[in-house]
Amino acid sequence: MPDNPFRGRDVISILDFTREDLEELFSHADRSKELIRRRSLEGRIVALAFFEPSTRTRMSFEAAAKRLGAATISISGEEAISVAKGENLADTIAMLDSYADAIVIRHKYEGAALYASEIAEAPVINGGDGRQHHPTQAMLDLYTVRKLFGRIDGLVYGVLGDLRYGRAASSFILGLTLFKPRHVYLISPPQLRARSEVIEVLESRGFEYNEVESLTEVLPELDVLYVTRIQKERIPDPREYEALKGSYRVTIDLLKSKAREGLKILHPLPRVDEIDFSVDASPYQAYYLQARLGVDVRIALLHLVLAG
Amino acid sequence: MDRGDGLLVRKIREGVVVDHIPPGRAFTVLRVLGLLPPKPYSGRIAIVINAESGKMGRKDIVKIEGYGVEDLSLEALGIVAPGATVNVVREYKVVEKRRLDLPEEASGVLRCPNPTCITRKEREKATPRMRLVSRSPAKYRCVYCGSTISEEEFQDLIAI
Repeated sequence: MPDNPFRGRDVISILDFTREDLEELFSHADRSKELIRRRSLEGRIVALAFFEPSTRTRMSFEAAAKRLGAATISISGEEAISVAKGENLADTIAMLDSYADAIVIRHKYEGAALYASEIAEAPVINGGDGRQHHPTQAMLDLYTVRKLFGRIDGLVYGVLGDLRYGRAASSFILGLTLFKPRHVYLISPPQLRARSEVIEVLESRGFEYNEVESLTEVLPELDVLYVTRIQKERIPDPREYEALKGSYRVTIDLLKSKAREGLKILHPLPRVDEIDFSVDASPYQAYYLQARLGVDVRIALLHLVLAG
Repeated sequence: MDRGDGLLVRKIREGVVVDHIPPGRAFTVLRVLGLLPPKPYSGRIAIVINAESGKMGRKDIVKIEGYGVEDLSLEALGIVAPGATVNVVREYKVVEKRRLDLPEEASGVLRCPNPTCITRKEREKATPRMRLVSRSPAKYRCVYCGSTISEEEFQDLIAI
């Protein structure tokens, strides 16, 4: 096997990886059934340290680890809260490092995963740090696009919603810069525009993008519409959230009147009200497939990091 | 040294002269060097503010007697006074001259302005680390959270 770029590595930001790295990951995700049969992580332990609520990320990492034969130990919910009250993160990570072969961490502070990776010898995988990064979500999002279209290059993307506080949206946008999309529209209310550090990456890479406010005007051009919820828990002022709530909404009527036939809609989930339930049964909907593929991508990632 | 300075402050015998400090930053330089109260410093310090400068129009100068260059945090000084020079003086003579510049990376010098950055979390030992992203205008980025810090914010965010 050629050199595995993931072996023993921390996964902090999607930009830590190259396009070739991600293609290697995707080709392993394609063969997840074979990896499951090999149970390549038999006897290993994966620690899941979720200091913020999570459904899909935590459970799909757990499912992925178990499918590969690894056991999982976890901190979540009440335990995470008591840890947050007493023990500091550094001590918790040092402890987990001595118990487990890899640590998946989610934390509300930006930079927590990088900090944990400096403390732990075991590889640290970022399951979301504050508003900043969610690299494994971007990996599975890009993988979903590749599954749906057979490619990531050459498509027109719209990323809709809370681009300021949403880490999934930021990581997806940054992940796209590793490929060659035809165009990317960043669609958001002015208050929720992508943060300057994300825009700077787009600028420095000479990326084709536009920031727009209205979905309706760009919808006819889109191949992929990536929708995110407003990150209520990260908006400092509740009045700001109230003012923004419901400011964009994707409905089946809007799609039927404006969207291209082959448009696919992705959403990292959970959703609030930004995608109407009427879209769920339509051919545009791809978010359930996306959630399902999360396990395949995490199987591939854990395998490559720990056993590849 | 120009004529105006000579009238104000005489030469020091042993120590450090920080010259060509951007005007108005002399006290920040002293703060960075740990020479402002409550830290006691027994040596003599001369501060010249808004001295005439051929190159800069106006400049600040700080002369610190009995201070060694090994005591200086050049990283931190480079951030608050880029372009300034540090002259090491022995027996009234400048024996070494260093020009300060913005460091490519600065550790523990600037605080991150983002309240939810891990470096701001209490009881964690994450030292704020900043990487230079632009020299003109000067701009740093927090290695941990990606927040950017522009020149106007440097003085307020000096962690020393």
